[in-house]
Amino acid sequence: MSNDKKKDLTPVQQEYKELAKKREPKRPVFKNCIRAFIAGGAICLLGQAIQEMFVHWGGFDEKKAGNPTVAVLIIISVILTSLGVYDKIAQWAGAGSAVPVTGFANSMASAAIEHRSEGLVLGVGGKMFKLAGPVIVFGVVAAFIVGILHLLFNPNAVGGH
Amino acid sequence: MLIGHQSWKFENRPIIRGAATVVGPFEGQGPLANDFDIIHGDLMLGQDSWEKAEKTLLEEAAKLAVENAGLTKEQVNFFVGGDLMNQIISSSFAARTLAIPYLGVFGACSTSMESLAIAAMIVNSRSAKYVLASACSHNASVEKQFRYPTEYGSQKPPTAQYTVTGAGASIVSHEGKGLAVTSATIGRVIDMGLTDPFNMGAAMAPAAVDTIEAHFRDLQIEPGYYDLIVTGDLAKVGYEIACDLFEKHKVPIKQTEYFDCGMMIYDYEKQMVQAGASGCACSAVVTYGHLLKRMRKGELKRILVVATGALLSPISYQQSESIPCIAHAVSIENGGKE
Repeated sequence: MSNDKKKDLTPVQQEYKELAKKREPKRPVFKNCIRAFIAGGAICLLGQAIQEMFVHWGGFDEKKAGNPTVAVLIIISVILTSLGVYDKIAQWAGAGSAVPVTGFANSMASAAIEHRSEGLVLGVGGKMFKLAGPVIVFGVVAAFIVGILHLLFNPNAVGGH
Repeated sequence: MLIGHQSWKFENRPIIRGAATVVGPFEGQGPLANDFDIIHGDLMLGQDSWEKAEKTLLEEAAKLAVENAGLTKEQVNFFVGGDLMNQIISSSFAARTLAIPYLGVFGACSTSMESLAIAAMIVNSRSAKYVLASACSHNASVEKQFRYPTEYGSQKPPTAQYTVTGAGASIVSHEGKGLAVTSATIGRVIDMGLTDPFNMGAAMAPAAVDTIEAHFRDLQIEPGYYDLIVTGDLAKVGYEIACDLFEKHKVPIKQTEYFDCGMMIYDYEKQMVQAGASGCACSAVVTYGHLLKRMRKGELKRILVVATGALLSPISYQQSESIPCIAHAVSIENGGKE
């Protein structure tokens, strides 16, 4: 917590906070990292396998195989979300299942399922991006800033390739 | 009758004439499964939304409590109830079905004892013959409102608590024999400046300790008066902190057995619940199901139930407000003379 906020607390509150902190079990960061590494790695391995399949049997080249691969991963994630399995995997895997594209698909599918009861338009349509929205907004903003920087420092790039 | 500063002593000894508990599938897998009246296998209860499922839980518990008391719902004068949903819709909508004159109350997870205290007060003052008190919560509807969509894959920290799906209801009356509600202490709102909504136990512990101390001060008794003191839903983290606070404030809690409902309802080994249970239904189903049964068997004579509530909203914590908490204590004693 920032020092700013600490100043607002009375001495009694601060004392309690210290006491409570002692009893708070820590997040097992190291264990979580290992699990995230294993789960995230497994998802990437699965993605790689799917991509290889598209290259070998689908007639795609390395670059073009990317899109159908992502689509398959998203479908798997949405199915696991609908079956109520993905959140259980995530409690074990943590960032490992949140960072890959499957996590993004899960955030949209879960919100859509959850708010289905409020109707198709305001429920599913309106609340689907509840969690995924910020990712898109800040992704676009970041891309915009990087684009401008690229333009400023590399004028030759204007007009694309 | 007011006793001390913030407590009521019910000299007419209102009786808990009937009680009922209804829970969801996850609670049915826990160690207290045998103490609940109805265990649902379907989290949705055959409804088409979580909110309707929660309302149905309460309707069933209320109807069963009325039945267990040997009454019909037309005989019940008032219904006092609350839940965690915005505008306490579960209780209000159940009140629509029950058509009993209704007082909606909100004390977050302390609602179970808030409603029982008010019901006992109404009966004690002879303002009603039969009053129905209730509280309910549903894991998925609470997750949806306060946290993330239920199927969203997020990793919960070890301090997080699992909201109980269930409803508990009781009929309080001045007629008949049974367990008597003897006193209640209404808590102050205590805010120790904690802000983490995934660590409610730590936020609520000081409120529980404050109310328990006030209870002993007002009634001029010691912890040893009770066979068991339980807090509502502090779970592992909050329970340990509460024990620390009792020691610090020199409350001789060791005279009696002190435990927490949030640590009783689930099996830590088999069920993935992090710190333990929470929710309005947590203290309601443990008290109305498990504890009352133990009292009827004669294992316990006097108990003090201290339901704890975190009075936050999804907006307040997003605006970085700290979490104000409250606790209400109700003592239940086995019939007969004191």
